[in-house]
Amino acid sequence: MAQALLEALNLEVHYGGISAVKGISFVVEQGEMVCLIGANGAGKTSTLKALARMLPCRGEIHYGAERIDALPSHALISRGLALVPEGRGVFARLSVAENLAMGAYHRTSDRAGTADIGKDMDRIYGLLPRLAERREQLAGTLSGGEQQMLAIGRALMGRPKLLLLDEPSMGLAPIVVQKVFEVIRSVAADGVTILLVEQNARLALETCARGYVMESGKITLADSAAALLADPRVRAAYLGE
Amino acid sequence: MALFLAVTPFVVGAALGNAWLRVLDFALLYIMLALGLNIVVGFAGLLDLGYIAFYAVGAYTYALLASPHFGLHWPAWAILPIGALVAGIFGVLLGAPTLRLRGDYLAIVTLGFGEIIRIFMNNLNAPINITNGPKGIARIDPISIGGHSLSKSIDVFGITVPGLTLYYYLFLVLTVLIVIVGIRLQNSRIGRAWVAIREDEVAAKACGIDTRNVKLLAFAMGASFGGVAGGLFAGFQEFVSPESFGLMESIMVLCMVVLGGMGHIPGVILGGLLLAVLPEAFRHGAVPMQNWAFGKVLIDPENLRMLLFGLALILVMLYKPAGLWPEKQHRLEMRK
Repeated sequence: MAQALLEALNLEVHYGGISAVKGISFVVEQGEMVCLIGANGAGKTSTLKALARMLPCRGEIHYGAERIDALPSHALISRGLALVPEGRGVFARLSVAENLAMGAYHRTSDRAGTADIGKDMDRIYGLLPRLAERREQLAGTLSGGEQQMLAIGRALMGRPKLLLLDEPSMGLAPIVVQKVFEVIRSVAADGVTILLVEQNARLALETCARGYVMESGKITLADSAAALLADPRVRAAYLGE
Repeated sequence: MALFLAVTPFVVGAALGNAWLRVLDFALLYIMLALGLNIVVGFAGLLDLGYIAFYAVGAYTYALLASPHFGLHWPAWAILPIGALVAGIFGVLLGAPTLRLRGDYLAIVTLGFGEIIRIFMNNLNAPINITNGPKGIARIDPISIGGHSLSKSIDVFGITVPGLTLYYYLFLVLTVLIVIVGIRLQNSRIGRAWVAIREDEVAAKACGIDTRNVKLLAFAMGASFGGVAGGLFAGFQEFVSPESFGLMESIMVLCMVVLGGMGHIPGVILGGLLLAVLPEAFRHGAVPMQNWAFGKVLIDPENLRMLLFGLALILVMLYKPAGLWPEKQHRLEMRK
C-alpha cells in the first residue's frame, strides 16, 4: 500500500453554533486521485477549506510527516499543498500571464528561480494551449472554462504535490466540464496527488480511484470508485437512478 | 517637465498672486495624501474612510514636538520621520482589528476610527493638556532647512523667492519621492500581493501570500505617507486644530483617488490636483462671473461650489466610471 500523503483525523469545522463537519477521518495516498462527493451543504467545501487552513478546525491534519493543522494557510503552498478555490478565484484584473506568475509567488525570484518559473509557465501553456493564446488578456475577460483552467494552471505554478480542487465543474457547460476533467486527469498522470470535491458525482467517480461520500457533515460511505458507482444507495441518491 | 514644475510657482506668483501659490502648496499636500490613500484603496482594495486621521496624527506629532506648547523645538527633519512612524503605527492599530472586514463594513469601521482620532484631539486638553483641545496648537515652528526658515523669503542672485515658493519646492521634492516609492512598491512583490488581495483574498492565500501581514503593511505604508503630509501641513500652516481633520477631508481625499483613477498613480495625481485647485478657482471666480453675467450675485459661491462639485462627481461616475485617467487594464475591462 502506498504511503499516506494526507490524513485527516476527527476533523471538525464549526461556524458559530452550527457544525458543518462533524468529526471525519480520511486518507489520501501518494499519487492517488480521491474524490469527496455529496449534496449541497454536506460540508465538502468546509472540509477542503479546513485542509487549506482557511477555516479554524478541530482534529488533526497530517501532511507527509508533518502536522499542518496549526500552520497558517500561506505556508502550505511552499510545502506543495495547493488549493484551487471554489468559484475559480482568478485575479480578474490581472492578465493570464500575471495570474500564473502569482501562482509562483512563494518561489525564489533570483535569476535561476525566474528561469525556472519561465519554464514552468511554458509547460503550463503546453498543457493548456487556450491560455497561451490569451496570455496578455485580462483573466476577468476569459470564459468560465478558461478561468477554471487558469485557476488550475496557477495552482500548478506552485509545483504542488497535492492539489485540492473545489468543484471544478461548477457553472460550466457539460462539454467544457469534460475538457476541465481531461486537464485534471493529465495533471494526475504527471504524478500530482489530487483530492477532488464535486457535486457531479458520476463524473468524479469515473475520474477518481476512490471516493468518500459526505452527508450532513459526516462521511457515510468510503470505497473504491467502481464500488461506489455500483452501490445502490449512491445510485439512488447521487446518480439519479 | 522638471523645468515646467520648477518655474510654475514664479508664473503663478507673478500672474495670480500669493493666494494661488498657497493653493498650489496645498494641492501638493493633497496629492501626497491621495497617493498614500491610493496604496490602501487603490492597490490593496481596502476602503478607508478615515484616512485623514493619519494626516492628523502626523500634524499633531509635528505640532507637539515643535511648538511652545510643550516647549519642544525639534528640527523638521527629525520630526517628519517620527510622524511617519507614529502614523504607521496608528495604521497598524486600525488595520489589526479590521483584518477580516471588507467593503462596506471596513468603510464603517475606518470612518469611526477617523472620528475617534478627531474627537481625541478635541478632548485631550483635560486632565492633562496634550492637544490643547478645540483651540488647537498655535505658533508651531515653521519648517527650516539649513537654518533658514521656509516661512521667510530668501534672496537668490538678486531675486526674492517668497517662502510660499520655498515650501512649494520642498513639497514638490517630497511628492516626487512619494511617487517614486509608490511606483517601486507597485512593481514589487508587495505590490503584486496587494493587487492579488484586492482581486481575490482566498486565492491570494492559496498562492502563499500572508494576507494578514501584507494588509497591515498596506495600512502602515498608506498611513505613513499621510503622516508625512500631516507634518508638512503643520509646519506650513504653523497652526493645527481638530477641525482641519473632519470626515469631509477624508471624503475629499477619497474622491481624489476615485476620480483620478484608483490604483493608477498619474491618475491619482491628476485627481488630487483637480480637486484641490478647482474649488479654489470657483471660490475666486464665482462672484466676478455672476456680477458680469447677471449684474449681481445670485448664488452664494460656497453653495455653487458644492453644487458643481456634486455635478462633476455624477458626470464622472456616468461617463468615466474607472476615473479620469485609469490604469490601462481597467480601460480594457471597461471596453469588454
